[in-house]
Amino acid sequence: MIQSEWFFWLVGGVFLLMALQMSVDRSNPKRLGSTVFWGLLGACFIYSSWVTDKTAPAEPLGVAVLVMICVGGFGLTGKGVPRTTDEKERTALAARWGNKLFLPALTVPLVAVVCATLVDKVRIGGEPVLEDGSETILGLGLGALAGLGVGMWVLRERRISVPVHAGRGLLESMGWALLLPQLLAVLGAIFQEAGVGTQVGKITESVLPDGQRLAAVALYCVGMAVFTLIMGNAFAAFPVMTAAVGWPVLIEQMDGNPAAVLAIGMLAGFCGTLCTPMAANFNLVPAALLELKDQYGPIKAQVPTAIPLLGCNIALIYFFAF
Amino acid sequence: MIVLLGVLVVVLGFATRRNPLLVVGVAGIVTGLLGKLSPVEILRTFGDSFASSRSVTIFAITLPVIGLLERNGLQQQARTLIGKLGKLTTGRFLTLYLFLRQLTAAVGLQTIGGPAQSVRPMIAPMAEAAAERQNGGRPLPERLREKVRSHASGSDTVGLFFGEDCFLAVGSILLITGFVNSTYDTHLEPLQLALWAIPSAVCAFLIHGARLLRLDRTLERELAASNAGFTAHDGGNAAQEKVT
Repeated sequence: MIQSEWFFWLVGGVFLLMALQMSVDRSNPKRLGSTVFWGLLGACFIYSSWVTDKTAPAEPLGVAVLVMICVGGFGLTGKGVPRTTDEKERTALAARWGNKLFLPALTVPLVAVVCATLVDKVRIGGEPVLEDGSETILGLGLGALAGLGVGMWVLRERRISVPVHAGRGLLESMGWALLLPQLLAVLGAIFQEAGVGTQVGKITESVLPDGQRLAAVALYCVGMAVFTLIMGNAFAAFPVMTAAVGWPVLIEQMDGNPAAVLAIGMLAGFCGTLCTPMAANFNLVPAALLELKDQYGPIKAQVPTAIPLLGCNIALIYFFAF
Repeated sequence: MIVLLGVLVVVLGFATRRNPLLVVGVAGIVTGLLGKLSPVEILRTFGDSFASSRSVTIFAITLPVIGLLERNGLQQQARTLIGKLGKLTTGRFLTLYLFLRQLTAAVGLQTIGGPAQSVRPMIAPMAEAAAERQNGGRPLPERLREKVRSHASGSDTVGLFFGEDCFLAVGSILLITGFVNSTYDTHLEPLQLALWAIPSAVCAFLIHGARLLRLDRTLERELAASNAGFTAHDGGNAAQEKVT
């Protein structure tokens, strides 16, 4: 049976390999910081296996996470000049390959969905082929490997170093932002451990009239949107609002369907992202790129969609999640 | 009650645009201390929750294949495909782009569009060209040009936001499962969440698509109004100067 931990080792191994490449990349002015950050991340991915089964202490991992936060947070990571093709070559290559280019890209989600829906029922000798409860994650891993195989075959690329270098280029340009979602999940766990959820839950209960489902749903969705407006990031709003209202009130108290409440709640947060200059990369950067005089032009184009859409999300949770 | 100051740290940190990693780190430590956790317990919580939320970061495994395809012209090919939609009106063109952007994001191809990848080089110029055709080939008055460009950017962003969550390995979906599974000791599958994102995606398409189609009528009305006084000159430049 295929274990999810194997897959985490693979991801960790890829991070380590890329860190190794970074350590010898002289075009990267901050190669030491980059190597430390990604190398540590790869090592943490592997070490975590023993933390989850309680055979290794979690404290060293906590220290490593704080080191990564400092290296990334104080801007010690950088990127090199990627060894890749330029715009002109890419146009020529696109003309050569045509729509075949989409084939490997579509393989990834296809394999992932097949694994999550069909392969998860397959058993060999009474053992499931994919570890129970990890079908989607393993599907994604197998999908990525299959996509890579199909890609190298379709594009007649024999050297595995080419995709690894190309992937490292993307990794470096995303930088520490790649780790942010996971750290927000960590923050959510600390909030829970410290009792933030219970506190906010108490306040919410005193504010919300008992059993007022619509009010609670609206509070969750509007809260997601408003927190996102302020922080510019629905990811950051999610742990706060979910610990406050989503989980304790909508899911535990009112027995809502967790998948529906949380997925649609996140999208309610996205309605906030559409309206806030805080989400500069989505709303202000395009205005600059398009040389608009009114830097709020894109936001003005989006607000009249965001408001009714927020209403739709409230209605969707209210009618379908209970 | 005092632990809520941790939430305040997050809000203030993000709102004042500090580095998000540092905000998260500081908020975690502050909240832990206020919640009467010992420093060792805080480290342990950081470590334990990092280990159990690794699934949030695994989308990195798709980077080599995406990188390989991009260096072989994936974005350029996507542009060629969109270029074939050239002869539509502004609103219809943007509606179709919205649909394609949602669809491609829903199968995990978030990177083939974007302000720099597609809007600036492709979508905005084509939407503008379509509006100019509607204006009899004359350049658009500045205010309308800004409006068309803003909508080009808006349809890209709306399409991305309300498409990507239908893909099971996108950051937000994995954040939800990572957070909930490590915090509440439960088990949610990314696929269930991705399916629940579909109704909102449909609503987004209907609402934003309807607004884009209405944009055609707005353009028509405003172009007629701005050209009305200039039949004698019949010059786009004159019209443009007057309006700005």
